[in-house]
Amino acid sequence: MITPRKDVGEFLPPALEAKFPGGVLEVLRSRGELYLRIASASLLDVCLYLRDEERWGFDFLALVSGVDWLGKEPRFEVVYHLRSLRNNLRVGLKVDVPDETVALPSVSGIWKTADWLEREVFDLFGIRFTDHPDLRRIMMPDDWEGHPYRKDYPLEGRG
Amino acid sequence: MGATEQRTMTLNMGPQHPSTHGVLRLILELDGEIVVKVTPELGYLHRAIGKIAEGLRYEQFVPYTDRLDYLAASINNLGYVQGVEKLMEIEAPARARYLRVLFCELSRIESHLIWLGTHILDLGATTPLFYCFRERETIRDLFEEVCGARMTHAYFRIGGVRQDIPTGFLQKVREFYRTFPSRLAQYETLITNNPIFLRRARGVGAISAEKAVAYGLSGPSLRGSGVEWDLRKAEPYAAYGDLDFEVPTGANGDVYDRYLVRIEEMKQSLRLVEQAAENLPEGAVKADAPQFIRPPREEVHRNMQAMIRYFYITMHGGSPPPGEVYSAVEGSKGEVAFYLVSDGTPKPARVDIRGPSFVNLSALNEMSKGQYVADLVAIMGSIDIVLGEVDR
Repeated sequence: MITPRKDVGEFLPPALEAKFPGGVLEVLRSRGELYLRIASASLLDVCLYLRDEERWGFDFLALVSGVDWLGKEPRFEVVYHLRSLRNNLRVGLKVDVPDETVALPSVSGIWKTADWLEREVFDLFGIRFTDHPDLRRIMMPDDWEGHPYRKDYPLEGRG
Repeated sequence: MGATEQRTMTLNMGPQHPSTHGVLRLILELDGEIVVKVTPELGYLHRAIGKIAEGLRYEQFVPYTDRLDYLAASINNLGYVQGVEKLMEIEAPARARYLRVLFCELSRIESHLIWLGTHILDLGATTPLFYCFRERETIRDLFEEVCGARMTHAYFRIGGVRQDIPTGFLQKVREFYRTFPSRLAQYETLITNNPIFLRRARGVGAISAEKAVAYGLSGPSLRGSGVEWDLRKAEPYAAYGDLDFEVPTGANGDVYDRYLVRIEEMKQSLRLVEQAAENLPEGAVKADAPQFIRPPREEVHRNMQAMIRYFYITMHGGSPPPGEVYSAVEGSKGEVAFYLVSDGTPKPARVDIRGPSFVNLSALNEMSKGQYVADLVAIMGSIDIVLGEVDR
């Protein structure tokens, strides 16, 4: 049986704040969806907790999105879209990346899907992930220069 | 005599190979006939569709979504337009929502028919392909009649559908759902208990439920492993909440179970087509949202305000307030999702697309390890990838 969707907006942020003091930087609601800004230092711990804790059970990483906010600080943002198939829950975790010198810890040890999804973010945005098993470009050729989804990537005049 | 040396062989499959169904290169590491490792090399079809979206107004991007999973274009359209509707905080009227279900399910059947024909063709049976294409043709004729396009529909628009269905259209849909079950039964007689197919499919490419979830598999590839998960039930969108259907699951997660799941899904889709057609509500097919949606043509010709609005939206487009949404629908291959970020301008700040084929393909190595190289073709076919969606 697929359980009906539950909204965890009321329960999840306080539970995380209690478990990881200072780990949750911001709680965002957008069109009824829940997004949490997580400190990059706590990312792995938060993810493991969300996956393994029975009442959440976020066992499914649906998508990892890079976002480039050129001109703003911090410039990049990586969004992890999580699902719990067991409890039918959804949440988005956001982590700030100030610039390309800062790498995020890879969550590929927690969800296998992250392998390719993080490679895509690396390829298209140039954001690096530490401890990733195989951090290579996935869409662009290996010798490609630049990262095409960045806002300052030229739209014409190349190739 | 020196010590025996054991070495594996590296073999290229693709980028041009009939069973990769597009341009995909697999680098195989083989130990004799046994697959040790499969490394897919992607990107031959990479068009940076998400980047293109950043230069277009929201409504202009709809036809691009057709080019993701081009075998079930309408389902991609739906994932995108529902996301934009959520950003704009508008809702499509009931008639449009039922029409969306109707055409999504026709798309799903169409996509599964292509999968069935080509999958069985890969395994050496030529006949079913021609039958499958015959039925697919009927569905494409239905689409052509309603929107003029046979493959890249762009029929769903922000706030509803492009236009109402023509007179007599439902009668043709009825004819389809009356004839199709007997046709499907014919295919099943050809394939389901076919000893050759059974030996190629049973126990091949199995993946456990836990691994399937960890690899982010979705759609029939996930359900074949026995995980009951379907976005049409989990977060009912369009009119799915009002309609009655079941979510078939497999048990062993092998090629055969994924086959059974898709066959059963076609039957369920047909039920949905029938229910949507028979319970189709009357009324408008586009939302009344003056900020974002153009007024109907008849009004433009009569009313000055409507004309101004028509031009304004055509020239400038609507700007949803800043925010973000993750809009997911159950595609024919799995979870099709659009992560849309609005910065309050008429163009999206970011469009990230989840192609289920892309994620499903990442589990290919896990499914193929230790299998015969000849079975790789069966496994590839059973996860049903479309390269337009893998590379995006």
